[in-house]
Amino acid sequence: MDLSQSQMAWFNLDKLNNFIGIFLFTALIAWFIFHARHRSLFIRKIAGLSAIDEAVGRATEMGRPVLYVPGLQDVDNIQTLAALSILGHVAEKTAEYETPLLCPCCRSVVMSTAQEVVRESYIRVGKADDFVRDNIRYLSDDQFGYVAGVDGLMIREKPAAIFFMGPFYAESLILAETGHSTGAIQIAGTAEASQLPFFVAACDYTLIGEELYAASACLSRDPVQVGSLKGQDAGKAIILGAILLSCLLITLSQIFGWSGLEETIRAVFRT
Amino acid sequence: MKRQLPIFITFIAGITMIIQFFLPRLEHATVPPLGDLFLNWFLIIFAFAYILGGASLVVVNFSKIAKSAPGWGYNAVLLVGLFGTLAAGLFGGINEGSLFRYIFNYVFTPLSATMFALLAFFIASAAFRAFKAKTMEATLLLIAALIVMIGQVPLGQALWSHLPFLKGISLNILIDDWIMNGFNAAGQRAIILGASLGLISMSLKILLGIERSYLGGD
Repeated sequence: MDLSQSQMAWFNLDKLNNFIGIFLFTALIAWFIFHARHRSLFIRKIAGLSAIDEAVGRATEMGRPVLYVPGLQDVDNIQTLAALSILGHVAEKTAEYETPLLCPCCRSVVMSTAQEVVRESYIRVGKADDFVRDNIRYLSDDQFGYVAGVDGLMIREKPAAIFFMGPFYAESLILAETGHSTGAIQIAGTAEASQLPFFVAACDYTLIGEELYAASACLSRDPVQVGSLKGQDAGKAIILGAILLSCLLITLSQIFGWSGLEETIRAVFRT
Repeated sequence: MKRQLPIFITFIAGITMIIQFFLPRLEHATVPPLGDLFLNWFLIIFAFAYILGGASLVVVNFSKIAKSAPGWGYNAVLLVGLFGTLAAGLFGGINEGSLFRYIFNYVFTPLSATMFALLAFFIASAAFRAFKAKTMEATLLLIAALIVMIGQVPLGQALWSHLPFLKGISLNILIDDWIMNGFNAAGQRAIILGASLGLISMSLKILLGIERSYLGGD
């Protein structure tokens, strides 16, 4: 065999299991979206999202602003996009109630996207004149420089409602505890598992992991979005079943010495 | 068109990134590889976006100083810091011994470390609230946290071996095998699994243009 003539493969067979998994998951979501168009699907209420109205209402009654922190990453992070999606709904409420909305950003691309999202929300509820572009401002790309800026805003402006949505890291507790010390009602949401305990301890409501991504569907109740959420739940149920079945089969293979079966299961679920 | 064009660009970029993950020959059809090429483009856009951020920073802070708004002194400090560091870097260079390096080492780094150090106090205050044994769940959390904390310090390890009823139980096995690798890992994995599926689902919705609220509406 002439190795100099060897060519790169068209398809990476090592990733076949990933490809099949993604294909099946996509098909499942597409199927549920199709069905959601024809019949209504039930989704449970998420306490943190139901509390958005309450939080903005409280800020209005107290005559204080609402602070929205969209995380520390750029728009290439899906959590940031989910956060911007929720920002649109929060901005609609603040526009309706004529309450100032402050949104300090850690990335300039996020800032310009957030400005557009908030502006559209204000236009949607007929309050375009109330939109203040400078309230959605850039602070710093540096992690702790940004934290210092946001903490300063909390102390000076005393917002009555604070939202932490998106990707957060070591600064999560510094932000949430400063917010707590100002007496604001706090709603957080992140998919960073290591930061969730801090938000749970310091905030009134926390969207845990997937709830952040589900927020858009829950808030809009758009059948297509709800369908995709149901597809996601079905995918989770299938994975749960696969984990249980694999545990059972691997246990049996250990007991009866079926080494071939164990290798097959490991090959199917390799990353 | 204002909506369609970004959705079209997102779809093309996203599908390309997915395809190149599975098709290595397509990935290397361009130099640099297709994935790297897209990431390079993002970096270029990112660099231009800095100008937007800088402009926002200057406009917001300068207008507050001009209006003598409450706390305008903070805005002045920010602008002086911004332009002072910029000038130090542009005119004095950024090498060892330069003013820029001095500002970085003796102003910026200690201030960042100070902010980070606040975390220790905030952990204490948050833990004090979270560990109040008001309910059954909170009590369980308190007991588990106490055991893990005892296991992390040498004094705790030394005391553990003298406790009358727990002598036979290894503290490391209790913490590592039981609490951390058992309950803690199971809970974390459930959250990570849910979040990962949510991420795939959200990515698909964005790629297919179903989720477009991040563009400012439907």
